[in-house]
Amino acid sequence: MLHIENLRAEVDGKEILKGLSLDVPAGEVHAIMGPNGAGKSTLSYVLTGRSGYDVTGGTATLDGEDLLALDPSERAAKGVFLSFQYPLEIPGVPALTFIRTSMNAQRKARGEAEITAPAFLKLAREHAAALKIDFEMLKRALNVGFSGGEKKRMEIFQMAMLAPRFLILDETDSGLDIDALKIVSEGVNAMRSPDRGMLVITHYQRLLDYIKPDKVHVLAGGRIAATGGPDLALELEREGYDKYARAA
Amino acid sequence: MAAVKQTIEHVESLEKYQHGFVTDIAQDFAPKGLNADIVRFISAKKDEPEWMLAWRLDAFERWLAMDEPEWAKVHFPRIDYQDSYYYAAPSQKKGPASLDEVDPEILAVYEKLGIPLKEQAVLAGVEGAPRYAVDAVFDSVSVVTTFKKELAQVGVIFCSMSEAIREHPELVKKYLGSVVPVSDNYYACLNAAVFSDGSFVYVPPGVRCPMELSTYFRINAENSGQFERTLIIADKGSYVSYLEGCTAPMRDENQLHAAVVELVVMDDAEIKYSTVQNWYPGDPVTGKGGIYNFVTKRADCRGDRSKVSWTQVETGSAITWKYPSCILRGEGSVGEFYSIAITNGRQQADTGTKMIHLGANTRSRVISKGISAGKSSNTYRGLVSAHPKAKGARNFTQCDSLLIGKTCAAHTVPYIEARNGSCVFEHEATTTKLSEDQLFYAMQRGLSQEEAVQLLVNGFVKDVLQELPMEFAVEAQKLVAISLEGSVG
Repeated sequence: MLHIENLRAEVDGKEILKGLSLDVPAGEVHAIMGPNGAGKSTLSYVLTGRSGYDVTGGTATLDGEDLLALDPSERAAKGVFLSFQYPLEIPGVPALTFIRTSMNAQRKARGEAEITAPAFLKLAREHAAALKIDFEMLKRALNVGFSGGEKKRMEIFQMAMLAPRFLILDETDSGLDIDALKIVSEGVNAMRSPDRGMLVITHYQRLLDYIKPDKVHVLAGGRIAATGGPDLALELEREGYDKYARAA
Repeated sequence: MAAVKQTIEHVESLEKYQHGFVTDIAQDFAPKGLNADIVRFISAKKDEPEWMLAWRLDAFERWLAMDEPEWAKVHFPRIDYQDSYYYAAPSQKKGPASLDEVDPEILAVYEKLGIPLKEQAVLAGVEGAPRYAVDAVFDSVSVVTTFKKELAQVGVIFCSMSEAIREHPELVKKYLGSVVPVSDNYYACLNAAVFSDGSFVYVPPGVRCPMELSTYFRINAENSGQFERTLIIADKGSYVSYLEGCTAPMRDENQLHAAVVELVVMDDAEIKYSTVQNWYPGDPVTGKGGIYNFVTKRADCRGDRSKVSWTQVETGSAITWKYPSCILRGEGSVGEFYSIAITNGRQQADTGTKMIHLGANTRSRVISKGISAGKSSNTYRGLVSAHPKAKGARNFTQCDSLLIGKTCAAHTVPYIEARNGSCVFEHEATTTKLSEDQLFYAMQRGLSQEEAVQLLVNGFVKDVLQELPMEFAVEAQKLVAISLEGSVG
């Protein structure tokens, strides 16, 4: 599924990713952990094509297709979804309008027909109920005046609606209380499937109690410094990132 | 490949001003320049009565003694008022009696612009399709007014100003210049002297006008100005919704559009006035050409509980200088102003409103959305004032500016005067930049950059768009998108 080889990227002329390699096969959930400033968010932005994050070397492919050559919207149409650490507020645009416009743009790019209004609303009601989102909230401007927890829940709702093939969750647990964390994790777990891959970026082990990863990677100094099973996350929780930060 | 070619053509068509074509039509001009004889010439061309000529000449005398205002935040070289034509009209003996007599070239222009002038064509459309009456003003004269008969059946008078002067002198004499006095300001005074045509509407007491009325202004001739004059009177308990649209060809020189619009609203009457202004904005890179849109629009809410609602979508013109205002004279009268002003390229806009509270318990509401892109400058200038007798006056003003890119400017200049202790004025203002973060967020969800800008901008202007009559809101939304095409690097 996702194949990253020797990826190098810089921001404002400063190299952040220094030869990162990573494989996430379909059906697996991989966690990326690491100290602040290790390049975790940079990785998520490089994979989604944000401007200002310049790739200077290496490759990143999804099912063999070169992601780095595509625009952000083209990557989205290929099924790459990023759940933002800080979701943006979109004044004047109701959440449902935003998602429907996005969905149809993706469908158009893939040569598919637009979703009909009844089909869209039915889908929205189902996913909203599963994530315990009040349907009225979806008629309000996206994220405007929403609490941190509501914004994160809205990210997962968008993810469920758009049904991407590859999911990147950037610090989805930050700003969530324990109840919200449970709901959000259930939403993410419901999306696990044999043909979907997931990259869960987190600073804390806590989220991984709810979203069980198949593998855990430590990102330090712009590279994958260690890879292990779920136990590695527990070890990091106990001993911190010092060892890796120093090694980098 | 076909799809690619189509896309290229589509983008090319978007980047150009779409109404920039010129039509070759035989025209009558007044000699170039401005003097009392030109004023007489215009009046004579229109077969005007003596009192009208006297009114014009008086205005011209006053205009000579006035100075051009310089307080607005717009910059342009001094206008040489002698270097322009003050009258240009398609050559035709008399006003055409029916559509069949109108020059087919002119009809083609309106067809190209998508303005329905054939009642038949409109009527033959889909059942329930929106119907609206149109007064088409081509350069200095009105060429055709549709649905006049149907409107006359309910007593609504809808005709060109020239016709109103001839056919309804008692109404014109009574109301013309009663809202915007002859010497109100430099451009209004010039208009009073040389105004060419425009629309006249009278809605009798208790009548709800059965359809939208609209005037479509087109400047075609070179080196000419357009000075239209519109007068709308809503008598007691009546209602009318009126829309004006404007376009002009792309020309290298600047053309002056100095219009005056007067609205008179009696007890319990309501006028909803919407404008979609899309004059040629000038070359986006060099700033050459484009219309100077120096317009005076004012409503006089004379009656108790009368109401006026101004909605404007300003996307064109090289320079916009325009403050649709409400004089809230009647007790409990209501004034509203909803505005979207978009500037791109080298455009300059200084626009806003005046809400003058004279009567008790008068209310006003101002929602202004300014969007600046390119190297443009966009200023909101607004006055809210309450006189000593305006007890319990209320105003709410919300003034939002959106900046796209790093080379544009937005300014907000509110004036607030409360001359009694019982009024409540609220003013809210925000300035935001269309952020890279928001754009990336929308693009990550699958939208192209242009689609992302459109979605975000539509969100920003939504409060105002929904004030437009339904059939025009969609047009306006498209216009907003076209105006901002290519504004994000």
